[in-house]
Amino acid sequence: MAETKELQVKEKQEVATPAEHTKPGLIFTPAVDIYENDNEIILLADMPGVSTDDITIDLKDGVLTITGDVKPWENEDESDVLVEFDIGKYYRQFNLSEAIHQEKIEAKFTDGVLKLTLPKVAKAVPRKITINNG
Amino acid sequence: MIGRTMFNFPATRLASANWRHPFYEMDIFKKEMDRWADLMSGRRSFGGRNSGVFPALNITEDKDNYYIRAELPGMKPEDIDIQLNGRTITISGELKTEQNDNNIKYHRKERDTGKFSRGVMLTGDIDGENVNAKMVNGVLTVSVGKSEIAKSRKITIN
Repeated sequence: MAETKELQVKEKQEVATPAEHTKPGLIFTPAVDIYENDNEIILLADMPGVSTDDITIDLKDGVLTITGDVKPWENEDESDVLVEFDIGKYYRQFNLSEAIHQEKIEAKFTDGVLKLTLPKVAKAVPRKITINNG
Repeated sequence: MIGRTMFNFPATRLASANWRHPFYEMDIFKKEMDRWADLMSGRRSFGGRNSGVFPALNITEDKDNYYIRAELPGMKPEDIDIQLNGRTITISGELKTEQNDNNIKYHRKERDTGKFSRGVMLTGDIDGENVNAKMVNGVLTVSVGKSEIAKSRKITIN
Protein backbone atom coordinates (compact mmCIF):
# COMPACT_ATOMS: atom_id res chain seq x y z
CA MET A 1 0.00 0.00 0.00
CA ALA A 2 1.31 3.40 -0.88
CA GLU A 3 2.07 5.48 2.14
CA THR A 4 0.41 8.86 2.37
CA LYS A 5 2.24 11.65 4.03
CA GLU A 6 0.77 14.55 5.92
CA LEU A 7 0.60 17.73 3.91
CA GLN A 8 2.80 20.61 4.97
CA VAL A 9 1.98 24.26 4.52
CA LYS A 10 4.06 26.03 1.92
CA GLU A 11 4.15 29.77 1.70
CA LYS A 12 3.19 30.98 -1.72
CA GLN A 13 6.26 32.07 -3.64
CA GLU A 14 6.33 35.56 -4.96
CA VAL A 15 7.69 36.00 -8.46
CA ALA A 16 11.06 37.68 -8.75
CA THR A 17 11.16 38.89 -12.32
CA PRO A 18 13.63 41.38 -13.69
CA ALA A 19 10.86 43.12 -15.60
CA GLU A 20 8.49 45.17 -13.54
CA HIS A 21 4.78 44.71 -13.85
CA THR A 22 2.54 47.58 -14.74
CA LYS A 23 -0.39 46.64 -12.56
CA PRO A 24 -0.08 46.70 -8.79
CA GLY A 25 -0.70 43.62 -6.70
CA LEU A 26 1.09 40.47 -5.72
CA ILE A 27 2.23 37.93 -8.27
CA PHE A 28 2.88 34.34 -7.33
CA THR A 29 4.65 31.42 -8.91
CA PRO A 30 2.21 28.54 -9.30
CA ALA A 31 3.44 25.12 -8.20
CA VAL A 32 3.73 22.83 -11.20
CA ASP A 33 4.17 19.20 -12.09
CA ILE A 34 5.74 18.48 -15.43
CA TYR A 35 5.97 15.01 -16.85
CA GLU A 36 6.31 13.47 -20.24
CA ASN A 37 5.52 10.27 -22.00
CA ASP A 38 6.53 9.23 -25.48
CA ASN A 39 4.13 11.51 -27.28
CA GLU A 40 3.53 14.54 -25.12
CA ILE A 41 4.64 16.73 -22.29
CA ILE A 42 2.03 17.40 -19.63
CA LEU A 43 2.11 20.36 -17.31
CA LEU A 44 -0.13 20.75 -14.28
CA ALA A 45 -0.22 24.10 -12.51
CA ASP A 46 -2.05 24.99 -9.29
CA MET A 47 -3.89 28.23 -9.82
CA PRO A 48 -6.65 28.41 -7.23
CA GLY A 49 -9.09 31.28 -7.49
CA VAL A 50 -8.54 31.89 -11.19
CA SER A 51 -11.47 31.50 -13.54
CA THR A 52 -11.09 29.91 -16.95
CA ASP A 53 -11.47 33.20 -18.82
CA ASP A 54 -8.62 34.83 -16.95
CA ILE A 55 -5.91 32.40 -17.97
CA THR A 56 -3.57 33.21 -20.82
CA ILE A 57 -1.15 30.73 -22.29
CA ASP A 58 1.43 31.93 -24.74
CA LEU A 59 4.15 30.08 -26.58
CA LYS A 60 6.68 32.17 -28.42
CA ASP A 61 10.26 31.40 -29.37
CA GLY A 62 10.24 28.28 -27.25
CA VAL A 63 9.14 30.18 -24.13
CA LEU A 64 5.87 29.13 -22.60
CA THR A 65 4.20 31.80 -20.50
CA ILE A 66 1.28 31.12 -18.19
CA THR A 67 -0.60 33.94 -16.51
CA GLY A 68 -3.71 33.85 -14.41
CA ASP A 69 -5.61 36.83 -13.08
CA VAL A 70 -7.48 36.54 -9.82
CA LYS A 71 -10.57 38.57 -9.14
CA PRO A 72 -11.03 39.33 -5.46
CA TRP A 73 -13.35 36.71 -4.01
CA GLU A 74 -14.09 38.49 -0.78
CA ASN A 75 -16.98 40.87 -0.47
CA GLU A 76 -16.22 44.48 0.26
CA ASP A 77 -17.97 44.54 3.62
CA GLU A 78 -15.99 41.62 5.06
CA SER A 79 -13.28 42.34 7.57
CA ASP A 80 -10.27 40.13 8.23
CA VAL A 81 -10.19 37.89 11.27
CA LEU A 82 -7.21 35.72 10.32
CA VAL A 83 -4.94 36.04 7.31
CA GLU A 84 -2.65 33.15 6.46
CA PHE A 85 -2.30 33.45 2.72
CA ASP A 86 -2.26 36.28 0.24
CA ILE A 87 -4.25 36.50 -2.94
CA GLY A 88 -2.62 37.49 -6.18
CA LYS A 89 -2.00 36.77 -9.79
CA TYR A 90 -0.02 33.84 -11.13
CA TYR A 91 2.82 34.07 -13.56
CA ARG A 92 5.39 31.58 -14.74
CA GLN A 93 7.60 31.01 -17.75
CA PHE A 94 9.24 27.87 -19.06
CA ASN A 95 11.81 27.23 -21.73
CA LEU A 96 10.72 24.30 -23.82
CA SER A 97 13.65 22.30 -25.02
CA GLU A 98 11.78 19.97 -27.31
CA ALA A 99 9.89 20.82 -30.43
CA ILE A 100 6.18 21.17 -29.68
CA HIS A 101 3.21 21.06 -32.02
CA GLN A 102 1.98 24.55 -31.34
CA GLU A 103 -1.41 24.13 -32.98
CA LYS A 104 -2.17 20.99 -31.06
CA ILE A 105 -1.61 22.32 -27.54
CA GLU A 106 -4.58 21.54 -25.35
CA ALA A 107 -5.52 23.29 -22.14
CA LYS A 108 -8.02 22.25 -19.53
CA PHE A 109 -8.87 23.96 -16.26
CA THR A 110 -10.63 22.06 -13.51
CA ASP A 111 -10.88 22.69 -9.76
CA GLY A 112 -8.16 25.32 -9.86
CA VAL A 113 -5.63 23.17 -11.71
CA LEU A 114 -4.50 23.99 -15.22
CA LYS A 115 -3.57 21.00 -17.36
CA LEU A 116 -1.57 21.68 -20.48
CA THR A 117 -0.93 18.93 -22.99
CA LEU A 118 1.95 19.74 -25.27
CA PRO A 119 2.30 17.17 -28.06
CA LYS A 120 5.84 16.55 -29.23
CA VAL A 121 6.70 16.87 -32.88
CA ALA A 122 7.06 13.36 -34.27
CA LYS A 123 10.68 12.40 -34.19
CA ALA A 124 12.39 11.31 -37.32
CA VAL A 125 12.14 7.58 -37.66
CA PRO A 126 15.51 5.99 -36.89
CA ARG A 127 17.19 4.93 -40.06
CA LYS A 128 19.76 2.28 -40.46
CA ILE A 129 22.61 3.18 -42.71
CA THR A 130 24.19 0.39 -44.58
CA ILE A 131 27.66 0.60 -45.97
CA ASN A 132 28.12 -0.58 -49.47
CA ASN A 133 31.33 -2.09 -50.53
CA GLY A 134 32.80 -0.01 -53.28
CA MET B 1 -0.32 47.81 1.11
CA ILE B 2 1.08 50.07 -1.52
CA GLY B 3 3.40 48.07 -3.70
CA ARG B 4 6.21 50.16 -4.99
CA THR B 5 9.86 49.67 -5.46
CA MET B 6 12.35 51.66 -3.49
CA PHE B 7 14.18 52.95 -6.50
CA ASN B 8 12.53 53.35 -9.81
CA PHE B 9 14.87 51.52 -12.07
CA PRO B 10 13.71 51.06 -15.60
CA ALA B 11 12.78 47.54 -16.45
CA THR B 12 15.23 46.19 -18.94
CA ARG B 13 15.96 42.84 -20.39
CA LEU B 14 19.03 43.93 -22.28
CA ALA B 15 21.70 42.33 -20.17
CA SER B 16 20.24 38.91 -19.45
CA ALA B 17 17.16 37.27 -18.08
CA ASN B 18 18.76 37.25 -14.66
CA TRP B 19 19.67 40.90 -14.62
CA ARG B 20 18.43 42.67 -11.52
CA HIS B 21 18.72 46.29 -10.71
CA PRO B 22 21.37 47.19 -8.14
CA PHE B 23 18.86 47.77 -5.38
CA TYR B 24 16.95 44.55 -5.90
CA GLU B 25 18.14 43.21 -2.56
CA MET B 26 16.96 46.36 -0.87
CA ASP B 27 13.53 45.94 -2.40
CA ILE B 28 13.36 42.44 -0.99
CA PHE B 29 14.46 43.81 2.35
CA LYS B 30 11.79 46.49 2.21
CA LYS B 31 9.15 43.86 1.51
CA GLU B 32 10.27 41.91 4.57
CA MET B 33 10.10 45.07 6.66
CA ASP B 34 6.59 45.80 5.38
CA ARG B 35 5.60 42.32 6.39
CA TRP B 36 6.97 42.97 9.87
CA ALA B 37 5.12 46.24 10.07
CA ASP B 38 1.93 44.38 9.20
CA LEU B 39 2.60 41.83 11.90
CA MET B 40 3.19 44.50 14.49
CA SER B 41 0.10 46.48 13.62
CA GLY B 42 -2.02 43.33 13.73
CA ARG B 43 -2.98 43.31 10.08
CA ARG B 44 -1.47 39.88 9.88
CA SER B 45 -1.73 37.37 12.64
CA PHE B 46 1.43 36.09 14.24
CA GLY B 47 0.47 32.57 15.06
CA GLY B 48 -1.61 32.23 11.95
CA ARG B 49 1.20 32.75 9.49
CA ASN B 50 3.10 29.98 11.18
CA SER B 51 0.29 27.69 12.19
CA GLY B 52 2.12 25.00 10.23
CA VAL B 53 -1.04 23.08 9.47
CA PHE B 54 -2.32 22.57 5.95
CA PRO B 55 -4.33 24.21 4.51
CA ALA B 56 -3.63 27.85 5.21
CA LEU B 57 -6.90 29.61 6.04
CA ASN B 58 -8.20 33.09 5.63
CA ILE B 59 -11.09 33.98 7.89
CA THR B 60 -13.25 37.03 7.43
CA GLU B 61 -16.51 38.19 8.90
CA ASP B 62 -19.35 40.45 8.01
CA LYS B 63 -22.35 41.27 10.15
CA ASP B 64 -24.12 37.96 9.53
CA ASN B 65 -21.45 35.35 8.80
CA TYR B 66 -17.94 34.13 9.26
CA TYR B 67 -16.20 33.04 6.06
CA ILE B 68 -13.42 30.48 6.17
CA ARG B 69 -11.48 30.16 2.94
CA ALA B 70 -8.76 27.79 1.84
CA GLU B 71 -6.97 27.20 -1.43
CA LEU B 72 -7.34 23.54 -2.30
CA PRO B 73 -6.51 23.21 -5.99
CA GLY B 74 -7.23 19.81 -7.44
CA MET B 75 -9.62 18.76 -4.69
CA LYS B 76 -13.01 17.46 -5.64
CA PRO B 77 -15.83 18.75 -3.43
CA GLU B 78 -16.82 15.18 -2.53
CA ASP B 79 -13.32 14.44 -1.20
CA ILE B 80 -13.43 17.19 1.40
CA ASP B 81 -14.85 16.47 4.82
CA ILE B 82 -16.11 19.39 6.88
CA GLN B 83 -17.24 18.85 10.45
CA LEU B 84 -18.71 21.31 12.86
CA ASN B 85 -18.33 20.41 16.49
CA GLY B 86 -19.41 23.11 18.88
CA ARG B 87 -17.39 26.10 17.81
CA THR B 88 -14.68 24.07 16.08
CA ILE B 89 -14.69 23.49 12.37
CA THR B 90 -12.54 20.71 11.00
CA ILE B 91 -11.59 20.53 7.34
CA SER B 92 -9.94 17.32 6.24
CA GLY B 93 -9.28 15.34 3.10
CA GLU B 94 -6.62 13.90 0.92
CA LEU B 95 -4.95 15.33 -2.15
CA LYS B 96 -4.17 12.62 -4.66
CA THR B 97 -2.24 12.56 -7.87
CA GLU B 98 -4.24 11.42 -10.80
CA GLN B 99 -1.15 9.96 -12.43
CA ASN B 100 -0.49 6.28 -11.91
CA ASP B 101 1.15 5.59 -15.23
CA ASN B 102 4.57 4.02 -14.92
CA ASN B 103 5.50 5.03 -18.42
CA ILE B 104 6.02 8.69 -17.58
CA LYS B 105 9.09 10.62 -16.60
CA TYR B 106 8.78 13.49 -14.16
CA HIS B 107 10.66 16.72 -14.78
CA ARG B 108 9.21 18.64 -11.90
CA LYS B 109 7.03 17.70 -8.98
CA GLU B 110 6.15 20.69 -6.89
CA ARG B 111 2.50 20.04 -6.24
CA ASP B 112 1.99 18.28 -2.96
CA THR B 113 -0.10 15.26 -2.25
CA GLY B 114 -1.13 13.78 1.05
CA LYS B 115 -3.63 13.88 3.84
CA PHE B 116 -4.63 16.93 5.76
CA SER B 117 -6.84 17.87 8.64
CA ARG B 118 -7.17 21.27 10.14
CA GLY B 119 -9.34 22.42 12.97
CA VAL B 120 -10.14 26.01 13.70
CA MET B 121 -12.11 27.39 16.61
CA LEU B 122 -14.28 30.39 15.95
CA THR B 123 -14.76 33.03 18.54
CA GLY B 124 -18.24 34.24 19.26
CA ASP B 125 -21.53 32.46 19.09
CA ILE B 126 -22.27 30.68 15.88
CA ASP B 127 -25.41 29.25 14.43
CA GLY B 128 -24.68 25.58 13.80
CA GLU B 129 -27.71 25.19 11.57
CA ASN B 130 -26.60 27.86 9.19
CA VAL B 131 -23.37 26.51 7.68
CA ASN B 132 -22.71 26.39 3.96
CA ALA B 133 -19.71 25.27 1.95
CA LYS B 134 -18.86 25.74 -1.67
CA MET B 135 -15.92 25.08 -3.91
CA VAL B 136 -15.17 27.43 -6.79
CA ASN B 137 -12.03 27.09 -8.93
CA GLY B 138 -10.12 25.33 -6.21
CA VAL B 139 -11.07 27.74 -3.44
CA LEU B 140 -13.16 26.39 -0.60
CA THR B 141 -15.47 28.81 1.18
CA VAL B 142 -17.26 27.78 4.34
CA SER B 143 -19.72 30.34 5.63
CA VAL B 144 -20.88 30.01 9.19
CA GLY B 145 -23.82 32.05 10.35
CA LYS B 146 -23.55 34.09 13.51
CA SER B 147 -26.15 33.47 16.15
CA GLU B 148 -28.68 36.19 16.86
CA ILE B 149 -26.91 37.19 20.05
CA ALA B 150 -23.58 37.66 18.33
CA LYS B 151 -24.89 39.82 15.51
CA SER B 152 -24.10 43.44 15.94
CA ARG B 153 -27.08 45.72 15.86
CA LYS B 154 -27.41 49.40 15.59
CA ILE B 155 -28.85 51.13 18.59
CA THR B 156 -30.76 54.26 17.91
CA ILE B 157 -30.84 57.11 20.38
CA ASN B 158 -34.25 58.42 21.17
